[in-house]
Amino acid sequence: MEQSAQLEELQLVQALRAGDERVFEQLVRMYQGTLLRVAQMYVSSRAVAEEVVQETWLAVLNGIDRFEGRSSLKTWIFRILANRAKTRAQREGRTIPFSALGDGDSEPAVEPDRFDRGHWASLPADWPEARLLGDETLHVIDGAIESLPATQRAVITLRDVQGWSAEEVRNALDLSETNQRVLLHRARSKVRGALEEYLAEDV
Amino acid sequence: MTDTVIEISCQKLVELVTEYLEDALPPGERARFEAHIVPCDGCRNYLEQIRTTIELTGQLTPEQLDPAAEAALLGAFRQWHSR
Repeated sequence: MEQSAQLEELQLVQALRAGDERVFEQLVRMYQGTLLRVAQMYVSSRAVAEEVVQETWLAVLNGIDRFEGRSSLKTWIFRILANRAKTRAQREGRTIPFSALGDGDSEPAVEPDRFDRGHWASLPADWPEARLLGDETLHVIDGAIESLPATQRAVITLRDVQGWSAEEVRNALDLSETNQRVLLHRARSKVRGALEEYLAEDV
Repeated sequence: MTDTVIEISCQKLVELVTEYLEDALPPGERARFEAHIVPCDGCRNYLEQIRTTIELTGQLTPEQLDPAAEAALLGAFRQWHSR
């Protein structure tokens, strides 16, 4: 971590320990949605995922005095979440889905019928700028991410919504370098596909 | 993998885009990728669309808690602090 970021984080941790409610609120707003998406990789339902996230926040508070700053606060919070979610998944009798790559090894980024002997048969059309910048576009992207398989959804949320590095995502989700990339690839390809479809509609 | 210069097809290129953007392609493969992109309008456009997709995804705001859940969590926080 950069030194200034480290300092900022130290201040954050101290404020939490001192009981600064606004700092806690800020953290919750920053990570809630992402924690929820990560939790959903492990457990069966949205309701259970919400419980796991709730438990995670309590565990963060109860553990903050022992937080030593050896990892970033963010990494620490997401590790607590992953541990809780895994425990919960085991209790539910679910296997943790990281072989989940195997569920669709042949998911192509672009439909095969768009190609003729490997070359574009129907070229990607230019995207109309005005529509691309409209409010609806972000809803389309959000909807596309929402409908991804849980692991892909978690990876794209961390990488592209939250802006985490590949390494941070690998650590938080316990993924190999290749798996992280393949999951990101599939997720981005599908979101692009959803945008393409939306932008090709007649207005 | 061999060093023979085999052209990448468009269908193959779209599968390499993430590795390209993550800077994870071996040098030879990267060179072939770039050699393909220059004259190929379709693939150049595709790569651009992926970049646009990433940029727009970055504009999403993560889901927020509903006010009731947030209030409950803040209540827990106060309780924790007054322990």
